[in-house]
Amino acid sequence: MVNIMTKEKNTVTRAAGTTVVEDRFRDSAADDGIREPVFKTNNFNLWYGDNHALQDINLTFNQNEISAIIGPSGCGKSTFVKALNRMVELVPVVRTEGEILYLENNIFDRKMTVEELRTKVGMVFQKPNPFPKSIYDNVAYGPRVHGIRKKKVLDEVVEKSLRDAAIWEEVKDRLNENAYGLSGGQQQRVCIARALATEPDVILMDEPTSALDPVSTTKVEDLMHELKKDYSLIVVTHNMQQAARVSDTTSFFYQGYVVEHDDTKIIFENPRDQRTEDYVSGRFG
Amino acid sequence: MSNYNIQEMIQKNKSNKGAFVEKSIPVILFLITSVSVLATIGILYTLISQSLEFFSRESFTTFITSADWNPYGAEPEFGIWALIMGTLKVVVIATVFAVPVGLGAAIYLSEYATERLRKVIKPVLEVLAGIPTVVYGFFAINFVTPVLQSIWSEISLYNAVSAGLVVGIMIIPMIASLSEDALSAVPNSMREGSLGMGATRLETTFKIVLSAAVSGIIASIVLAVSRAIGETMIVSIAAGSTPNASLDITSSLQTMTGFIVQITSGDAAYGSSLYFSLFAVGMTLFVITFAMNIISQWITKRYREEY
Amino acid sequence: MQLIDKSVIAGKRSGRLALNNSMKWAFFLCTTVGLVVLVTLIVDTLMDAVGYLDWDFLTSFSSARVESAGFYGAVIGSLWLMVVTVPAAIFLSVATALYLEEYAPKNRLTDFIKINVSNLAGVPSVVFGLLGLAIFVRAMAMGNSVLAAGLTLALMILPVIVVSSQEAIRSVPSSVREASIGMGATKWQTVSRIILPAAIPGIITGIILAISRAIGETAPLVVIGVPTTLLVTPDGVLDSFQAMPMQIYAWIKMPQEEFQYLAAAGIIVLLAILLLMNSVAIFIRYKFSQRY
Repeated sequence: MVNIMTKEKNTVTRAAGTTVVEDRFRDSAADDGIREPVFKTNNFNLWYGDNHALQDINLTFNQNEISAIIGPSGCGKSTFVKALNRMVELVPVVRTEGEILYLENNIFDRKMTVEELRTKVGMVFQKPNPFPKSIYDNVAYGPRVHGIRKKKVLDEVVEKSLRDAAIWEEVKDRLNENAYGLSGGQQQRVCIARALATEPDVILMDEPTSALDPVSTTKVEDLMHELKKDYSLIVVTHNMQQAARVSDTTSFFYQGYVVEHDDTKIIFENPRDQRTEDYVSGRFG
Repeated sequence: MSNYNIQEMIQKNKSNKGAFVEKSIPVILFLITSVSVLATIGILYTLISQSLEFFSRESFTTFITSADWNPYGAEPEFGIWALIMGTLKVVVIATVFAVPVGLGAAIYLSEYATERLRKVIKPVLEVLAGIPTVVYGFFAINFVTPVLQSIWSEISLYNAVSAGLVVGIMIIPMIASLSEDALSAVPNSMREGSLGMGATRLETTFKIVLSAAVSGIIASIVLAVSRAIGETMIVSIAAGSTPNASLDITSSLQTMTGFIVQITSGDAAYGSSLYFSLFAVGMTLFVITFAMNIISQWITKRYREEY
Repeated sequence: MQLIDKSVIAGKRSGRLALNNSMKWAFFLCTTVGLVVLVTLIVDTLMDAVGYLDWDFLTSFSSARVESAGFYGAVIGSLWLMVVTVPAAIFLSVATALYLEEYAPKNRLTDFIKINVSNLAGVPSVVFGLLGLAIFVRAMAMGNSVLAAGLTLALMILPVIVVSSQEAIRSVPSSVREASIGMGATKWQTVSRIILPAAIPGIITGIILAISRAIGETAPLVVIGVPTTLLVTPDGVLDSFQAMPMQIYAWIKMPQEEFQYLAAAGIIVLLAILLLMNSVAIFIRYKFSQRY
């Protein structure tokens, strides 16, 4: 616990207040050399009752990277990301074995509470799920539940998070309106802003664009590129083009196993496993 | 740009108070929840203990076999069948009136009515269901009874017909809305299958929809009958206070609930047989309505249609 | 080969269609019964009440003389009754609904509590009166006070509010729950800051409907022995009181014809209050109906 608390965030200075437009097609794997792992799983297994849903998962995810998780429906990819912040335990019959290390601490250790883990590891869901509250209250929710009440601090956090989520300009005049009045794509970016407000290290995204139209999807993908400067992203996607476009590394899940995990370029252009090749070339799934 | 480090502030705000709240909330909520169980225990304890007191004074056998109910005087008689028959007469009339009307309304609402009409009728039914029973009692004695008397001269001021009809009116909204729920739950594909073969709306309703929704409808009727049995003010006002086991529906009678109200609004000396007889009657009433509620729940659960 | 004689089918068709049409009207007639009764009841009562429903009626105490009898004590008494019933019922029911929906583990005890609540909803109100009489009035020696009657009515409407609150809580989508938990909020933070506020319109609607039932409820008050001839209003919850439905009942039972008109006037006042409460409930439900 001490370890995480004192761990410095090795992040670039955050660009708040201005929206920096960068070349989103730059080769991100090549920019600044070796990165430290943020998540590492050791022989992780998970059962829903008798169903062995995840088998011997050994994966490493690095800081300031976008890691994509792909695979056909029911392969366990959603279950896996939900295990990373222990949301999967909301299902009562779940049983786990093995380790998941978050910055070298096992997340299943009694020393770490799930609440603490989830403030460090934020999550964005498949369908936009804003609270039935104002936009401001949505974004301020995280800091508030963790005891931050000062209006001045909250105002700044809300603005910064909305800017980082690239939606500030669209909503700045109606922060007190209900978030349900926004379009689906805007709602999803408010949900991302809400996840950013507690300044997590990692953001898990579970098919974040599957409920969005193509224009909104592009906006969210652009946003992912921006976010990886400050955060580590682990993104589940059913959309292979998306994985190819945005991610640095890709893991291919199949029937509860990790078939292949490598740089995205390799997975899509030169996969080692026949099943990976079949999947990424659209032969099944 | 940001002057604040949120994660640092979060760490600083961490306290053990939260953990204590988290642990105690479910316990507190559980304790409050147990009040509903205590209420049931209270009802059972009250009815059983006071009824036992009653049966230590009066014969249990007479109570459940005799039809003579004459609780006053030097040698009181406590034969519950006089009151049960009174209740039965009112409830049968109410059911015979309310079931066809309620079901007809449910069929119209679910199979024929336009969405706009439904939006008008449903609130009317809700308002009707929300009218206090004392108001229905007033309506029975001041409107329904005089109207009945003008067309049926043998009927007396207090009678089973007027009370029965008005109790029926009271339970119509319940039958209509619960049955409509059951009918609406039948998937449209079933109706389309029948209509597509050239069956009329009516044939489809009777041969397909009603038979598919039958368990929900029966459950709603059983529940409504249970409500009618427990109904108190209408019968106290319009049915009279003459306990008798006859099948005559034109003259005064007394129901179980009517007896309880009559005795408690007069002065039953605390500790007398009369006082304890309230609880024996209450117990009988409770057992009957409880059994019907259980039956209704059982039907709903046992025959839940899987569409 | 022809198994079906088409002319037979054609011959029967017009009869089937006629039956279909006439039954449609029969069903429609059934639907209008409620409306007809409602209108008749209100018109009949209003006609009886005319001439008796005036300012004096609302400001006078009850009396054995028709000319001077009024509804004042009953209205104030009913308000006092609600002062006890409403907070007690809300506190008990909403907490019960929250426990059952959010915290209760899946086990036999929980099943038992749920069955118990639905059975409590089916217990006749007069039996709740007997409970109040034996426990609150006698055993706890509260007498026929506001407190005894208020608690009895609170227990009576408890299952109604529990069931409607449960439905309101259940209608909050689980995705919203997950969002809160996923940000590191605790269970209680999620319940108190997200779920309860989102469910509150539904909960309030249920509460208002239950309260309007409690205001009009007569049988438990008769059993508890609520008086009808007081000339004072209560000063506290341990005092005796009068109540609107009880006063109406007493007037209906009076042998003199004039008292029926007083009863009618009382009914109009009671129905007006209930109609107002129902409108508020419908308004709340309408205003907040399309949220997700």
